Formats: sequence, C-alpha cells, structure tokens
Amino acid sequence: MKEHPRHARPHITRDEDLIFERTSPGKCGVDLPAPDVRTAPTAELLGSEFYRDEIAGFPEVSELEVIRHFTRLSTWNYGVDTGLYPLGSCTMKYNPRINEVVARLEGLATDHPYAPTELTQGCLRVLYDTARCLAEITGMDAVSLQPAAGAQGELSGILMIQACLADRGNPRKYILVPDSAHGTNPASVTTSGYQVRNLKSDAHGCVDLAELELAMTEEVAGLMLTNPNTLGIFEVRIREICELVHRKGGLVYMDGANMNALVGIARPSDFGADVMHLNLHKTFTTPHGGGGPGSGPVAVRKFLEPYLPSPMVVKADDGSYSLDYNRPKSIGRVRAFYGNFGMAVRALAYIVANGSEGLLQTTQDAVLNANYVMRRLQDVYDLPYNEPCMHECVLSDRRQAARGVHTMDIAKRLIDYGFHPYTTAFPLIVPGAMMIEPTESASKEELDDFIEAMRAIAEEIEEDPEFVLKAPYTTRVSRLDEAAAARKPVLRWKP
Amino acid sequence: MRYLPNSPRDREEMLRALGRSSIEELFSQIPEEIRFRGRMNLPGPLSEQEILEYFKEAAGQSTREYVSMLGAGAYSHFRPAAVDALLSRGEFFTAYTPYQAELAQGTLQAMFEFQTLIAQLTGMEVSNASLYDGSTATTEAVLMALRLTRRNRVVTAKTLHPEYREVMATYVRHLGTEIVEVPYAASGQLDVAALESALNKETAAVVVQSPNFFGTIERFSEIAELAHRSGALLVATITEPLSLAVIKPPQDADIVCGEAQSFGVAVAYGGPYVGFLATREKYVRQMPGRLVGQTTDTEGRRGFVLTLATREQHIRREKATSNICTNQSLCALAATIYLCLLGKRGLKALAEYNLAMAHYTAQRLAAAGASIPFSAPYFNEFVVRTPMNADEFLRELRGEKILGGVNLARFYPELKDHLLVCITEMVSKEAIDRMVRVYESVAGRKNAGAAAPHPVGQEKA
Repeated sequence: MKEHPRHARPHITRDEDLIFERTSPGKCGVDLPAPDVRTAPTAELLGSEFYRDEIAGFPEVSELEVIRHFTRLSTWNYGVDTGLYPLGSCTMKYNPRINEVVARLEGLATDHPYAPTELTQGCLRVLYDTARCLAEITGMDAVSLQPAAGAQGELSGILMIQACLADRGNPRKYILVPDSAHGTNPASVTTSGYQVRNLKSDAHGCVDLAELELAMTEEVAGLMLTNPNTLGIFEVRIREICELVHRKGGLVYMDGANMNALVGIARPSDFGADVMHLNLHKTFTTPHGGGGPGSGPVAVRKFLEPYLPSPMVVKADDGSYSLDYNRPKSIGRVRAFYGNFGMAVRALAYIVANGSEGLLQTTQDAVLNANYVMRRLQDVYDLPYNEPCMHECVLSDRRQAARGVHTMDIAKRLIDYGFHPYTTAFPLIVPGAMMIEPTESASKEELDDFIEAMRAIAEEIEEDPEFVLKAPYTTRVSRLDEAAAARKPVLRWKP
Repeated sequence: MRYLPNSPRDREEMLRALGRSSIEELFSQIPEEIRFRGRMNLPGPLSEQEILEYFKEAAGQSTREYVSMLGAGAYSHFRPAAVDALLSRGEFFTAYTPYQAELAQGTLQAMFEFQTLIAQLTGMEVSNASLYDGSTATTEAVLMALRLTRRNRVVTAKTLHPEYREVMATYVRHLGTEIVEVPYAASGQLDVAALESALNKETAAVVVQSPNFFGTIERFSEIAELAHRSGALLVATITEPLSLAVIKPPQDADIVCGEAQSFGVAVAYGGPYVGFLATREKYVRQMPGRLVGQTTDTEGRRGFVLTLATREQHIRREKATSNICTNQSLCALAATIYLCLLGKRGLKALAEYNLAMAHYTAQRLAAAGASIPFSAPYFNEFVVRTPMNADEFLRELRGEKILGGVNLARFYPELKDHLLVCITEMVSKEAIDRMVRVYESVAGRKNAGAAAPHPVGQEKA
C-alpha cells in the first residue's frame, strides 16, 4: 500500500490510535470538587504498606478527546441501527429507544439492591411483572430473572433438573444434547457436573426418535433441546420426544434461544418442556451491546418452582412486593443480587409496547422474512435441509466450495455490499453453514437488496473466485491474521 | 406496530412469492394440538407516551429522594454525562459479539483498551474482556484455580462478599469441592493464623476480598506467601475497584477478579454490572471468557480480533473452560470510557475524596461516642456499632431520608447492632453531619440516666 503522510489519510475517523498513545501528562477529563472536610493525607490514612502513588500507564486525556476517541471507534462498528444484521441464532432485532429511556429513569437506574424492600416497590414490581409476562408467553408457571445470560439460564435449569431428580432418588449421570445444539448447551451440562451424550439428528435435521429411544436410558437425566432447532426447523414430533423422555423418568430442558419463532404461536409448556431459559437480548429487544449484557431468565413448571434460584420476588395479598429467601430446596444463587435488572426493564417495555397482538405479528414477520430469504436463495446456494423454516434458515457453501470459496469468504464479501454477515460455520451438522436470521426488523426492500447481494456474490464466485477470497475491500482494515493473534497473543498495550 | 418495517402490501407480496395464501400456512407444520390459539394475557399495546408513564410510576416508588450510604458490592458513584452519551451510539449498543472483526473494530479496540486498563489497575499481566459480574468472576477464578492445580479444596475468607460465597457454592457443589471459611481477626482483616492452619496440600485456591466485606484492607503479600507455600493459588477479589487508585494492587495474587460497576455503571438494583478477571500470562489458556488480541491485516495495519477461542464453548463445547458466551461488553465499554475520562489524576483524586469523606464520617461518629470495631485501614466503607438495634437505627435515619448502611446481622449473626456504612462522593458533608446528629440523639436517648457512652476508638469484635 502507498504510504500516506500521517495527517493526510483518507478520513480523520479512520486514523485513531489507542487511548494510551494519545495521552499526555497533566490532562484529565473531569474536574472534581475538593473535599470540604479535613482529614490526614491519604498516605497517612492508609499507611505506606498499602499506599499506591500512581497507576503506571493510565491515560491522561481531556473530555473532548475521550468523546472523539470513542465516537471514531464507534464508526468502525456495524450495528442493527446501521442496517440488516442477519446473524443467525443471535436475533439481531431493533432495540427500541424508549427502552433505553425508561431503563435510565432515576429510581429504576439508581435504587440499591440492599435498600429496604418497602422503599423499592417500583423495582420489585418491574421484576414481578416481567416474570409474570414471561410466564404467560411460555406457558410456564414460575420465572426467575436471576441468571445473567442465556448460558447461565441453561446452567440454572440443568442444576434444577439435578436437584429435582436427586429428590426423586437419583440425579442420574448424563444429559442428551443434539449435535445441532449451541455450544453453550454441552458446556453448561459439563459445568453442572453432568456428562454430555450427543444425539445424532435425522435426515430432516430433527431429533431422531429411534436414536433417542436408544439413548434415553435410566442413567440419563434429561434432554436439552432447542426448538425450533438451530436449522430453524420446528421439531414436529416434539410432543412424542418429550413424552419419551418423561416416560423414562427424565426431564426436558428447552433452550429458548429461538423463542422469536414461537411467541404467540406455540408455548413450550404445551409441548412438554419442563424448564427453559429465554434470552432477553434476543427475543425481547434488550441491546446486544457488542456482546452483553444479556439476561437469561429461567422458566419452569410448577413442580420445579421450589428449585428456582433464591431469592424470588413475591407479591402479597395487599399488593406489596418482597423478596423471598426462605427457599430450602433452591439450587441457591447463580449471581449476586437479583439478576440484570436493567435488562428486565427494557424487556418489559418491549412487551407492553406490543401487547399480545403486536408480539404475534412480530413472530409472523420474523418467520415470513426467513422463508422469503430461503426460497429466493435456494437456487444459487445449497439448501441442505429442504424443510419449511421458522425464524431462520441454514444454507451451505457446497456449490461455492467447489470453486474454493467458503462460507466465511462469502460472509466477508457481503460486508462490501453493506450488510453484516450471517452466522458462519454453525450449526456444525451442516458443513460450510450459512445461517441467516433476518428477524422481523428487516423490511422487504432491505431483504431484496440482501438477496440481490447474495446472488451477485454467487456470480462473482463463478467468474472470479480469487476476487471474493480477498474481501472485504471497503472496511478500515482488511482480513485480519487470526492465526498470528492466537500464536503469540498480544492482549494489552504496553509502552 | 411501530417497530415493524413491513407494510401489509409487503407481506402480501412476500407470501405470493412463497406461493402461500396466508401467513398461517407458514406454521402449518406445527401440530394443531400444540398450537396456541388464545390471546396472551399481557399488558399493552401501549404508545411510547404510555410506556413512559408506566415506568415513571414505578420509578416513583423508589429511594430516589434518599441519600444512600449503602455499598456492599454495589457502589453509587457519579457518572459523567459523556459515558451515556457515548454508550448511546447505536454502532456500539446495537452491535453483537465481534465475530466479524472487520466490521467490529470499534468494539474490539475498546475491549483491548479495557483489558489494558484492568491489567494496569490490578497489576496483573493480562485481563479478559469481562464476565457477568463480581460474583461470577470470583467463581470463574476459583474454577480456573481448580483446573490449574488439579486440586479440589477452596479456602475462602469469611469476609468475601456473602453472596459471592453463595454463588461459588452453587457452582462447585457437584464437584464435591470442599470449601473452608477462614474467620476474621479483631482488626477486621483475615485471621492469618487461622488461614495458616486451614491450608493443606489439597488446597487449590485461597480467596480473599480487599477491601473486604467490612471495608478493611487485606495484607496480600503475607496471605500470598502462605497460599503459595502450600501450592495453592491466591484469588484476590475486588468489589470496589476505585480503591486501586490509592491502594497497592494485589500483585502477589495469581488471579485478580471482581466487579467494575463503580466505573460508570449504574447501581440499577443490582445489575447489569461488569465482572473482570486478570491473571498472569502463563495462565492465559485456562482463562474463561472472551479475549481480544492485537494482530495485523493483509496490509500490515494494526487491528484487533477475538482470540484464543479454542478455550471457549462455541469451539470446545463440553470441553470449554467455561460455559460463558456473552460477556458484559457494553458495561465494560462504560468502564473503559469512565476510566479514560478520569484517567490517572481523576481516578486518584476521586479515590482520595472517597477516602477522606469516609474517614471524616467515621471520625465524627467516633467523636459522638460510636464504636468503630475494626482497627485495620479502610477505604470508603467501614463498620460502626449502633447504639440500638441496627434496624431501629436505620429506621431513625430513614426519617431523615438517609439509607444509613447495611445491617450486618443479616449476613453475620454475631455482628448484631453493626452497620456497614459506605461513603462515596455522592454523600454530602451535610448528609454526614445529619447522620451523626441522629446518632447523637439516639445514643443520648439511650444513655439518658444510664452509664457513660461507649469508649471512643478501637474495640475488639
């Protein structure tokens, strides 16, 4: 590349150092009041054994420089606000602005978790109402908002299965996990102390009942199932699956990551799930934030309620709310305090904005959009499981791989067309998977543009595969050397 | 519905393209007996204005009119306006985990800066890109120590946040891990002699919080030496990281973890917060959570990527170092912005301010006859003995619109009539003086006609 003189690069926003390289001594981005009390000097109050003079290397910049620094960084990002973000299995939908406003209201954003419950009735009511709404949507009987994210919801749910089966006499040893499951499922199973037994999918990408029958022994505590599964396919024999597991004394955990396909259409309790989690940052529009905070409420049937994490928010006959710590059968705490409260505020704001009708329309649009994309791309990209899809569809790079171009390359080229890529190489049961979840937040117009881009890339691959392999061309940095990053990790700045 | 961009005509056209005549046909594969045909009993639909009313009403039933002296793992600090202004940029808060590095350099560089700031603060070599919160970060640190030492016994200070201890217990129960709790000494610090006798060759980790749950500062070098002598790793937990601006970091620890909520993240009734975990370079492959690393692009320009993913669940599945997927990226970004704004000087000045105000409070209370039972140095939190039942005293303070602290009897039954008081820059001198007047009046009432007030100063617990 031709070298630019430092101050004549294409655009100022493209040339931003690390904050540590912008620093110069003596600057500060805040002015603090001096304490109006008289005490001994810090070093004396703490003693020389404990006193720290300075944090070496810490930044020293003005407020404006901080604003510019992070504003410039933000322009190197792509968000749902920027455009279509069809990242499969992540449900990248619009994050309503009113959610952000209400979550920042003084009182909700400022109450302390140990303030007396008589004085924090507003926060408790939000937690209670959110839990009640989620119970209604899933058909479950009780909900805890304590888990900090989906994976922690999974862990909580599996621990509840363990506790319940232990009370019945034998916690058993294994949990069945389909080979199409999210990576968090097997990881959560291991964290809970169970061992994973993988379950092969059938020719339709669904649970193979014969396999399940064989695998579901007296040693198996339960099945962890995502429905619709990660191929975006509804498990049509879900009732039989759950009955089979129950008949053998096991319980059914449902991963609610794909609940955006089901709200208002089918309730997990009605098809036999015993315990499930929801991702408020997927289905219920709390922002993904560049990778969190999430929130993973866990919902259960009545018989599992005693095992839910402690404490629970309860409502008395007089309408007042309190925290119930007297839960002897509870699996205990999975997180300090009561969960990601601020996420509950946002999720509740989303639910009440929609009401029952709005949520149903949302599900319908999400499913319509995914089917539309699938049907309009399946002549150029391979569709490994030709089934009706729900909220997402999974194509593969099989045809393009023959020309040496793989799912990740197509994803990178998509960036040049102005779209965030789909999810690559997942689920694992589809080699070269391209997992597309448009969500209800995509308009037909935007989807048509996306489809056109995908078709154009397919043509480019026919004509000049080498060109696609070097994409993206329009981003601030080109393809990054991930192997070098892992081989010799540089995980922090050093002077 | 205002969030949905498809028009009725768009929907019709799309259905037609699919060869369907109604949306219902797209759901025909779902067996009828499990279809939900009812109407969900939910509030709404509400307009934006109505939503605001709904939540304003809830926000009204809060402690917003009160001065809070509550800490204990959740600290009320001033949040500069620039923090929310920057967090509210849609490019940041509506993006997801930066799997596609070329489109996420903003998040990635900010996380690299977060990792650097945490490493600098804690005196460790490397930090991850955040975990859920302090309680889970401490638990993940313990799990990491179990893996590294292949031992199955944990010795934890009784002055580690009680809820952190509960979370840890939940996570290790099935592993059969033995957890031994070490009591505190009269100073409020860890009882080092008790620690020494609690250690053995099976001990994987010693977990100590500083400032601890009582606000007192622990002597890490001594503790580290004992831990290391028995082959255990030292896990240092920090719940009030502002303290690190004036207190030496636990450099002898093997893992430093905790809660960074103090740095620009709202108290928000307990969450979302932001856990951190920092350690030595040699342990990096056993770390949980996301890591951002520096690399170069095809033209040699610096860029950032998620790295060492082979530790993580999406690659390793049941063999991953943790089940964690999402971290607390946006809260970590808040902390990064906050730390850049305050910087070297601001953070120190703020820490000194907290320290001064807390010491002023304790000194005023002591002068009024209150007993400050623990003698060790403290930062912005300390324990005071109340002249009556702590809950009654708190009720008196509530009359003055003051939330006077956490009643320690809730977590430490032996400490009845003891209050954990936290003084940050959000508490004015006027409020502190008002609190002391309440103390004086209550103690006066109590002592009217009775013996002399409590002796001033240090009393054994």
